[in-house]
Amino acid sequence: MKLMVTYLKKYRLISVLAPLFKMAEAFLELLVPLVVRDIIDVGIGNRDASFVVRCTVQLAVMALLGLAFSLTAQYFSARAAVGFSADLRAQMFRHVSSFSYAKIDKMGASALLTRLTSDTELAQNGVNLTLRLLLRSPFVVFGAVIMSFTVDVKSALIPAAAVPVLGAVIAGVMLFTMPLYKKVQTKLDAVLGHVREALSGVRVIRAFSKEQAHTAAFAEKNDALFSVSFFAGRISSLLNPVTYILINIATIVLIWTGALRVQSGILTQGAVVALYNYMAQILVELIKLVNLAVTISRALAGAKRIESVLAEETDMAFPEVGAQPDFSAPAVEFVHADLKYGENADLSLRDISFAAAGGSLGVIGATGSGKSSLVDLIPRFYDVTSGEVKLFGHNVKEYSADMLQRLVAVVPQKAVLFSGTLRDNLRWGNENASDEEMLRALQTAQAFSFVNEKGEGLDLPIEQGGRNLSGGQKQRIAVARALVKNAPILILDDSGSALDAATEKAMRAALGEVGAKLVVTVSQRTGSVAGCDDILVLEDGALTARGRHEALLSRSPAYAFIYRCEEGGDGVV
Amino acid sequence: MSDKKAPRGTVKKLLRALRPYRGRLLFSLLCSAVNAGLSLYIPLLFGRCIDLIVGPHNVDTQGVKNKLMLSGALILISALGAYLAAAENNRVTQSVIRDLRNGAFRKIQILPLSYLDSHPSGDTLSRVVNDVDRFADGLLLGFTQFFSGVITIVGTLALLFSLSWQVALTVVLLTPLSLVTAHLIAHRSFRYFQRQASIRGSLTALTEETVGNLKTVKAFGQEENAGRRFDEVNGELKSASLKAIFISSISNPGTRFVNALVYAGVAITGAFSVLGVFGGGLTVGLLVSALGFANQYTKPFNEISSVFAEMQNALTCFSRVRELTDAPAEQPDPPEAAEIGRAEGNVELHDVAFSYDKSREFIKGFNLSVREGQKAAIVGTTGCGKTTVINLLMRFYEIDGGRILLDGTDIRDITKKSLRGNVGMVLQDTWLKNASVRENLLEGRPDASDEEMIATAKRTHAHSFIKRLPQGYDTVLGEDGGSLSQGQKQLLCITRAMLADPNILILDEATSSIDLATEIKVQKAFDELTAGRTCFIVAHRLSTVMHCDVIAVMDGGKIVEKGTHEALLAQGGYYAKLWASRSC
Repeated sequence: MKLMVTYLKKYRLISVLAPLFKMAEAFLELLVPLVVRDIIDVGIGNRDASFVVRCTVQLAVMALLGLAFSLTAQYFSARAAVGFSADLRAQMFRHVSSFSYAKIDKMGASALLTRLTSDTELAQNGVNLTLRLLLRSPFVVFGAVIMSFTVDVKSALIPAAAVPVLGAVIAGVMLFTMPLYKKVQTKLDAVLGHVREALSGVRVIRAFSKEQAHTAAFAEKNDALFSVSFFAGRISSLLNPVTYILINIATIVLIWTGALRVQSGILTQGAVVALYNYMAQILVELIKLVNLAVTISRALAGAKRIESVLAEETDMAFPEVGAQPDFSAPAVEFVHADLKYGENADLSLRDISFAAAGGSLGVIGATGSGKSSLVDLIPRFYDVTSGEVKLFGHNVKEYSADMLQRLVAVVPQKAVLFSGTLRDNLRWGNENASDEEMLRALQTAQAFSFVNEKGEGLDLPIEQGGRNLSGGQKQRIAVARALVKNAPILILDDSGSALDAATEKAMRAALGEVGAKLVVTVSQRTGSVAGCDDILVLEDGALTARGRHEALLSRSPAYAFIYRCEEGGDGVV
Repeated sequence: MSDKKAPRGTVKKLLRALRPYRGRLLFSLLCSAVNAGLSLYIPLLFGRCIDLIVGPHNVDTQGVKNKLMLSGALILISALGAYLAAAENNRVTQSVIRDLRNGAFRKIQILPLSYLDSHPSGDTLSRVVNDVDRFADGLLLGFTQFFSGVITIVGTLALLFSLSWQVALTVVLLTPLSLVTAHLIAHRSFRYFQRQASIRGSLTALTEETVGNLKTVKAFGQEENAGRRFDEVNGELKSASLKAIFISSISNPGTRFVNALVYAGVAITGAFSVLGVFGGGLTVGLLVSALGFANQYTKPFNEISSVFAEMQNALTCFSRVRELTDAPAEQPDPPEAAEIGRAEGNVELHDVAFSYDKSREFIKGFNLSVREGQKAAIVGTTGCGKTTVINLLMRFYEIDGGRILLDGTDIRDITKKSLRGNVGMVLQDTWLKNASVRENLLEGRPDASDEEMIATAKRTHAHSFIKRLPQGYDTVLGEDGGSLSQGQKQLLCITRAMLADPNILILDEATSSIDLATEIKVQKAFDELTAGRTCFIVAHRLSTVMHCDVIAVMDGGKIVEKGTHEALLAQGGYYAKLWASRSC
């Protein structure tokens, strides 16, 4: 509810005008029984045909005005609802983009996806119908009750009593079904997650011939969704008949008291007709309102889920005006840094301390030794659990997000490209990069020749996930993308893993020329880091040795072991 | 856009989807009929009551009482009918949704990979999730309001004719106005709904891409840019939705206006009829009933027109879902396809030709013969077609020419299931499902015991990190393997393949993210496992393939050299060059 109010603020005028125009239309409708009463009591009573004609014209004019009002209202409410949901989606998208890596791990992509799509749709529907009907229906209902009072106070007590009873019933059902609809959306998350997984893992699933097992697992999730939706739907189906019974019983009472009052000469027949007509209008509107109740419950359920995403505080705050880097200080310095990914998880990094002034820094270790964790701390993808990480003399937490971006360029382990052109992808590194800069980066990344071969240059189209490129090609473009940034710290997280040895070698040589102050190379192979000025050896999350290649060969058994493995293999150096 | 022809075929398909629920729908129809009929009759009774209330000391109290009692009973029956119909409709709708989603999922399992590789997964997701949902909304509304609407219209007309043919005629003459309005609006809104659905699909695709790879987006500080791209499509959706919603929401006021005219028409003809202009006949009470009917009569038009709008949306969404479920499936196994048991593992590729884009040839004249227990390596620079060969061996894609034989049988004459059951695969792209480590490892062999699983994990050196996870083998990994490192994921994939214990192994850059020390250890385990098994190894690190029995060097979709490491080095060709460049 709060959410709806906040995001409708921008559309304040039209979201107020829409229901007002609706009310104007409804007001005209309320006058209809009065005109009909005149036709009966005056026109027919006095056998005045011209009066009947005048009244009929009056009805037609009212209809035309009603049409104009209602069209205006529909347009305003559609605009408000659509604007509302677009703003909400945009806001949520930005909020989600501000999540830290830790938060992304926690929320999961599928849940975020349903919120951005299905839940906002539900909320949009809710707003649209609310603006159109929420005021109109109660207005007609209350209006009809009040008009009944003008006809006959005592008889009007009957609808006046029936309406609150109905209101209570509707509110009760809404309160009961809203949590159910929230559950429906949660089950929908699970269904979406499963489809997503089946799409990304189609090769593995087929290789293991597990199509049936996955279909069965999906059917189970789908069934869970079915049962909750079915139950919620069944409760909602009660609303209509209950409303119908209550209103009609009230009508019976109304006619009966009306009959008695006409008998004793207090009321006229025309008055009873008018009262009856108001009752009929109440019925029609209440049925509409009841149908709206279901939409509103679902919209509120969606809104609650959206709120929960928006309420997720960004757990990583960046100062607005951050520190200025001191380029005379060491580029990267770790002081007793610890990192763990979850409350109950083991430490992934333990008491890491080192300083790298500049030049080239190698990070080596076995799978799972914490290499990626270590370099993820430098651009502040994660915050240390304890200790400190400093860049150019300041704790990373003192820099603005923007400054960190300018200081550090990363080539992640998994080369992810985005749909668009090659130019679009490279511009991620630097929006204002010129074509020459981009081509130079491609050359350094050893990507120039294959891009050239494809003949489309920087306009080379890249499909979703870069699937029109091979693994090695993607990796090289990812390197080029980071190079375009021209940042003083460049991190290559195992970015040669999909390259053949010759290409990797050439790339390493070219990277030496780019002029970054510090180049951090993460690798599992001594061959990739042997040329570095300084090498960190990680074992099981701890920094066990540090030095140049030759020194480490004698000082670090782990390093020497990795080296011997390679020598024994084929001697990739 | 096929905006005109879509509905007809789609409606037919919709009816087919509803066929299993014929009985229930009939029952619901019957209940609606009872409800609608009584809803018509009850106001008539009320009208008669009012006729009995003429004026002071001229009220037939007994008559009023009797009629009111009767209405009370009928009201209960009518409400019961309404409830049963609604409940039944709810069941049918939810069931149809479930069927549709299950069908879509089953379809995804049998769609050719060429389809899945060429359609953004976000769009497919949108079809299975959003479109099915929207369709359901429309369907439910259609059921609940369409039936009762039609019955109400027919019933009202009949009653009106029985009351006064003049009034009835007025109504009938004005009806086409209502219909034309509804039709015009529905026709236009279908087009807008179609546009809305397709933009919604692209927005989901974009969101999937960005949110699914949020870490990369953030690594480059591209939140703002991604946000801008999102805004662009979001803005398109906004304007498309505005048009769709507004155009469709015209229908209600539009028909309401027509209805108001009908009402006025009934008022004047009815009043004149009471006045005796047409020779008379109507009483005041009956005029009230007639006016009530005019209201009743027009209400379903209102509803039906809104149903039409909603149905247009629903049909659009339904047709998008059908596009997915009607896409041609993978060629099923021919009936004579053989179910082979454990293959010996002789694989021969004869003059194989294949290309993704049929207008440009890619792989051609590919010949390779690997005997049982041999290890074959496929090497070459990136993009030369190594991975494609794997796609063909697994029959993810079908070859365009030539033959692939397994133990002398064309693999097209073997069921896919038994072919794939013989092949274990470890790919560069590590995929794990959102389930526990155990469930992931047992994917290839669900009946393996815990001891076997742990023993295998120890052999692949995955055990040590698995046991450090919060709940060991029961740790649920989360989407895309959660926060495991790339190397850890790969170790799990290797363990999974090893546990499945197949006779043929395909390793596509299987160890690219594992450090060499671990790889050498894993290699030992692999060596043990691969002894006597056929292996296809795709790798760029020549060290991993130098001991293979045959090394096929690929370039531009063709095998340019073939032989053992020594023979190829001696030959001094392309391979020798690659080998030399490895350490220069």
